[in-house]
Amino acid sequence: MPQNEHIELHRKRHGYRLDHHEKKRKKESREVHERAHKAHKMIGLKAKLYHKQRHAEKIQMKKTIKMHEQRKSKQKDDDKTPEGAVPAYLLDREGQSRAKVLSNMIKQKRKEKAGKWEVPLPKVRAQGETEVLKVVRTGKRQKKAWKRMVTKVCFVGDGFTRKPPKYERFIRPMGLRFKKAHVTHPELKATFCLPILGVKKNPSSPLYTTLGVITKGTVIEVNVSELGLVTQGGKVIWGKYAQVTNNPENDGCINAVLLV
Amino acid sequence: MSAADVERILIQFQDEAGEALGSPFDVPLDITPDKLQLVCNALLQKEEPVPLLFFVRDAEVVQSLGACVRTLELETEQVVPVVYQPQAVFRVRAVARCTSSLQGHTEAVISVAFSPTGKYLASGSGDTTVRFWDLSTETPHHTARGHTHWVLSIAWSPDGKKLASGCKNSQIFLWDPVTGQQLGKTLTGHTKWITWLCWEPLHLNPECRSLVSSSKDGTIRIWDVVLGRCEKILTGHTQSVTCVKWGGDGLLYTSSQDRSVKVWRAKDGALCRTLVGHAHWVNTLALSTDYVLRTGAFEPASATINPQDLSGSLEEIKQKALERYNKVRGSNPETLVSGSDDFTLFLWNPAEEKKPVARMTGHQALINEVLFSPDTRLLASASFDKSIKIWNGITGKYLASLRGHVSSVYQVAWSSDSHLLVSGSSDSTLKVWDVKTGKLVMDLPGHADEVFAVDWSPDGQRVASGGKDKCLRIWRR
Repeated sequence: MPQNEHIELHRKRHGYRLDHHEKKRKKESREVHERAHKAHKMIGLKAKLYHKQRHAEKIQMKKTIKMHEQRKSKQKDDDKTPEGAVPAYLLDREGQSRAKVLSNMIKQKRKEKAGKWEVPLPKVRAQGETEVLKVVRTGKRQKKAWKRMVTKVCFVGDGFTRKPPKYERFIRPMGLRFKKAHVTHPELKATFCLPILGVKKNPSSPLYTTLGVITKGTVIEVNVSELGLVTQGGKVIWGKYAQVTNNPENDGCINAVLLV
Repeated sequence: MSAADVERILIQFQDEAGEALGSPFDVPLDITPDKLQLVCNALLQKEEPVPLLFFVRDAEVVQSLGACVRTLELETEQVVPVVYQPQAVFRVRAVARCTSSLQGHTEAVISVAFSPTGKYLASGSGDTTVRFWDLSTETPHHTARGHTHWVLSIAWSPDGKKLASGCKNSQIFLWDPVTGQQLGKTLTGHTKWITWLCWEPLHLNPECRSLVSSSKDGTIRIWDVVLGRCEKILTGHTQSVTCVKWGGDGLLYTSSQDRSVKVWRAKDGALCRTLVGHAHWVNTLALSTDYVLRTGAFEPASATINPQDLSGSLEEIKQKALERYNKVRGSNPETLVSGSDDFTLFLWNPAEEKKPVARMTGHQALINEVLFSPDTRLLASASFDKSIKIWNGITGKYLASLRGHVSSVYQVAWSSDSHLLVSGSSDSTLKVWDVKTGKLVMDLPGHADEVFAVDWSPDGQRVASGGKDKCLRIWRR
């Protein structure tokens, strides 16, 4: 083995022999025959070791060739029909495994005890007073600052009459009062425009609930008699809860999801 | 008044439609139903006496007329109207044992159907084959291969000579039960899976040429099976069509997941009416004349031990089918019941009105299947709340609840005399119920997993059931 770069140096300076590449090519192709010849002629322990090594090499070669072949011809695997055949009436329904049903029942019992309920938006950003209520200055010198105006969308009932303007502490502007909400049924994926019956709970503060302020995450009660839902006893359901999913003061409409 | 003096009462026999039979009759107050039957049969002047049930104002006369009148507190001075109901001449016995468990399918058995005469049995499965079974030896007869996905629905033509099967790849194949070969061309055209198949009734066309199919893509197609092409496409539903039925008057009824039921004219494909009222998906439809349209010209009363094919020329068959249809239908138009995911059923008179006749509430989970009894007087609804409810088929009044299953009830099937009901459930058992008493007659365990499909043969001898455990079981007396 050359220990230095003198071969390369010579090649750089003087180039190759004229028949170098030809000779190289022919020598390489002869190598296969010579190898075979050696494998035939070898005897003894040397032969045993050589054959063992050669066998391992051949197995490896065969594997790589097969892999390449598979890559070239693509098989259609999706001819096989999927498992889990169900009749037509079960196709659009997700089956629940029995174990899951039991664990769900237990979880529901625990929640009932704890008083927590599942709503589509469990956490919403709490709105501070400075955001929701704007200070309105009154008085001869505009010094008094006890009046507040609501800056978010609100709902007032049907029979709402303002208190005498001199005494009302919270002003709810008519432009921000809404009566209807666009409610989506989560399973049917259909949206209906339903009249609001009342504000059940505003997550930011109980004050907002009494005022009727509707922000994102508020639970409102809507009139669902249009949908035609019925209880087991045959009575028509006409009110259901829905949770607001958008910021109504930015959009100009109230979008909510029905809580089934 | 001595004890020998028996009180007498004037009664007027009336049939179910309210027409009077003969003139008012003077009978003793303690007359029993058998004697009433003799009298009524004499008045009806039929060749053979027909078994009858008697009702005074919807209360059945069980022991004697007197007991009934006393409980209802009717005035004995006036003429009491007594309604007579002819029962089936034959009586089907409850099935009690599993005679064979037929293996062969390599995936769950999804649909099972007996041919209209009860001679052949076909089953469709998730392994994409439809298998025909020989009923006399209870062994496999033919395996019909051709589908490329699960065979979701199968339907026999009313003359029993063809079977149509629809698969999840939206193709429909037609098979010959005798040879097991495909007849005609594959019917393609739908874009999503086939949910239901229904043939044109025999009395409208004895050649059994037209087939209607409904699919998840929201369209309904009417096919000509001889030419192998689609004749009409009915669009209108906005979501998957779950069920389609071809009525005996040439009207098509379809139910869909868009909460509506639509009525179409089969001749030109025009939409007649949209019946709205449900609050969630409408899963299933049942027509009062379903059973008679399914059996066509075959009369269950004339069944023999070895079921035979229908004989006679096309005209004769058509005539027989028409007679049977008119007899069952009577003078009222067909009524339709729809069962939905909103836990209620609606009873409609689709040929005439848009408004429902009755709304039947009471179930606590979605309703999977609704079926009229063969004599159209009763209605059974199977629900995922583990119960089956029986309703009056004419007024929609609630009659009874059949409880016993421990898990959702998937399918039900009536026996041809309307006395017995068999139900298959996801708890892997079948139960046979007597609807008159509302009690369980027979519990049939044996399946290893959920039972997906149940059918009672029209000659009343056998019940076939198939399920997730890949085997088809045949039950006999």
